[in-house]
Amino acid sequence: MPYRFLPEDFERKYRSVWVDVPHHLFDAEKTQGLYQEFLDELEFAEKQGFDGLCVNEHHNNAYGLMPSPNIMAATLTRRTSQAALVVLGNSLAAYNPPLRVAEEFAMLDLLSGGRLVAGFPVGTSMDMNFAYGINPATLRDRYYEAHDLVMQAWTRPDVFAFNGKYTQVRYANIWPQPLQKPHPPVWIPGGGSVETWEWTAKLDYVYCYLSYFGYKRGRATMDGFWEAIARVGADDNPFRAGFLQLVCVSETDAQAEREYFPHVHYFYQKCLNVWEGFAEAPGYRTVKTVQSGSRAQVGAAARKARQSLDWGQYVDQGYIIAGSPKTVREQLTECIKSLRVGHLMVLLQIGSMPKELAFKNTELFAKEVMPHVRGLWPGYKDRWWPSGARNGS
Amino acid sequence: MAVGRAERVLMPDERRIEIRGGAVTFKVLAAGRGAPLLYFHSYHERSAWSPFLDLLARSFSVYAPAHPGVAGSAGIETLEDLLDLTLVYDELLGALGIEHVHLVGHSFGGMVAAEIAAVFPARVKSLTLASPLGLWRDDAPSADILILPADELAAALWRDPVSRVALDWAVGSGGDPDDIAAQVESLQRRSSMAKFVWPIPDKGLQRRLHRIAAPTLLVWGDDDRANPVIYAEEWQRRVKGAALRLLPGGHMVLHEAPEAAARAVVEFAGP
Repeated sequence: MPYRFLPEDFERKYRSVWVDVPHHLFDAEKTQGLYQEFLDELEFAEKQGFDGLCVNEHHNNAYGLMPSPNIMAATLTRRTSQAALVVLGNSLAAYNPPLRVAEEFAMLDLLSGGRLVAGFPVGTSMDMNFAYGINPATLRDRYYEAHDLVMQAWTRPDVFAFNGKYTQVRYANIWPQPLQKPHPPVWIPGGGSVETWEWTAKLDYVYCYLSYFGYKRGRATMDGFWEAIARVGADDNPFRAGFLQLVCVSETDAQAEREYFPHVHYFYQKCLNVWEGFAEAPGYRTVKTVQSGSRAQVGAAARKARQSLDWGQYVDQGYIIAGSPKTVREQLTECIKSLRVGHLMVLLQIGSMPKELAFKNTELFAKEVMPHVRGLWPGYKDRWWPSGARNGS
Repeated sequence: MAVGRAERVLMPDERRIEIRGGAVTFKVLAAGRGAPLLYFHSYHERSAWSPFLDLLARSFSVYAPAHPGVAGSAGIETLEDLLDLTLVYDELLGALGIEHVHLVGHSFGGMVAAEIAAVFPARVKSLTLASPLGLWRDDAPSADILILPADELAAALWRDPVSRVALDWAVGSGGDPDDIAAQVESLQRRSSMAKFVWPIPDKGLQRRLHRIAAPTLLVWGDDDRANPVIYAEEWQRRVKGAALRLLPGGHMVLHEAPEAAARAVVEFAGP
């Protein structure tokens, strides 16, 4: 949910879109309309037949205007009736006490009639360490403890005492409890950290890679997850995995370039313009993850890689999947197959894209692409889909 | 070692000292003779024997432990917070058989030395703080030295960032994504410090400073851009009778003016 009104020279004049992006660039009058557009777009997607609607959490950020995804999801519970509400998610370490997440997710699950997917990201370093001031040395530890508290609050039959290192609650006892039993499906959005793969695999959750850089670069991360799955001896059900891909559909390949290039370019050059110092607080990634060769998605190296990309490069290098329905169908099928992804998330509103174009992209995708990329995993059961939502897989 | 000096004669011993049943291991460089002096380094220099320490070792038995997490000192993951770090240094003194000690600390090391002097006032014979972190003023925030990219960091730390001494003593920023080893070294160094000071290096020290009993000397570079001289006034206001020596240099004043800094310590605390 990007702020669409950054100045043309933003990335040359300001060092970062995240953390210390100047306030004077924010126009409240224009932004009130943006929120309505975001919601219109998500509601439109349900009508077009999408199985789920995703919302996520970011802070201090002109790229994502959604510090509270729960507020957006709450309005969607009243204006939609079938789609899963995929909240990806609440950054657990940021809530004090984390029981707040257990409570709000339970409310959303009840409000939506059991359509909630509960996403628990660690959160980016920009959001957690810089915007919220959480110590990078203890962020993961806090996250794991908060997760344990939330899951216990959802599943233990009685009032219990929780004696944690970061949270102590003498009487843990949330009212309400979620509708889905034993609890809403849990999806873990990750950015390629080794620890998260293994933890997600062990707990039998869905692992989602929310990549800005497309399926070709996402391969190493998803392979790492599948290797972790093999190590814990779990089955290779593709519905264990989710992947986010930027997609632009138009009548022809050439028309896609004409219509979408400015907005894609806005996204990569402005919305990901993060100052190197903010890319990663020291200690956010563990030594083990750094040694694995995983790299930050933003910062100086990432910026260098993105600079002066033209349409051909965005497409050829797989940052985006774009073109005619036929082109998009072929590449998305390759994406789904090569990454072994059961839950495909598509980003259809990109950068400065206005509502009419987002609608067009959504409609063309639903009509011309979606039917062809469903059902690619026959014989596998999706055990991670909310019981109250429509399931077209 | 690139810092060659004709007058440098001492070769420090390198010791490994385990405490807490091996949960924390310190690498300690030691040399010299005289009353014991413990030196705490900043996280923004190579953790090695320096000309400043060499000069001090002519008047003191100098012990220079590396902070847990860097340069062969291990066990940072077992430490909870700044209080735990303070306790572990008290335990290190015990393991070294030192009862009373002169403390010298630089930058983050100054913050640690001040904590020890406040929590264990009876142990400390004198306290020398070179541009210590640990206090905060909204009107003059200290530089965010944990996250600055290499070129901006050097400009914040050193009066002359391209001087010989700056190039010799600076640590790598880990900015090259292809150099994994340098990234890991930089990450360990900065994340170890971050554990104790993130996101603002005010961890309540001001409420404990009144406990300091030792005579205290503040040493500051007159051109300190990372931790501006205005903080020296702040320390003087809070530590009774603290003296101030301004020396020509930046935040890394102990490296930029080692002779003057060592002379100041010896005059203040020496035999």
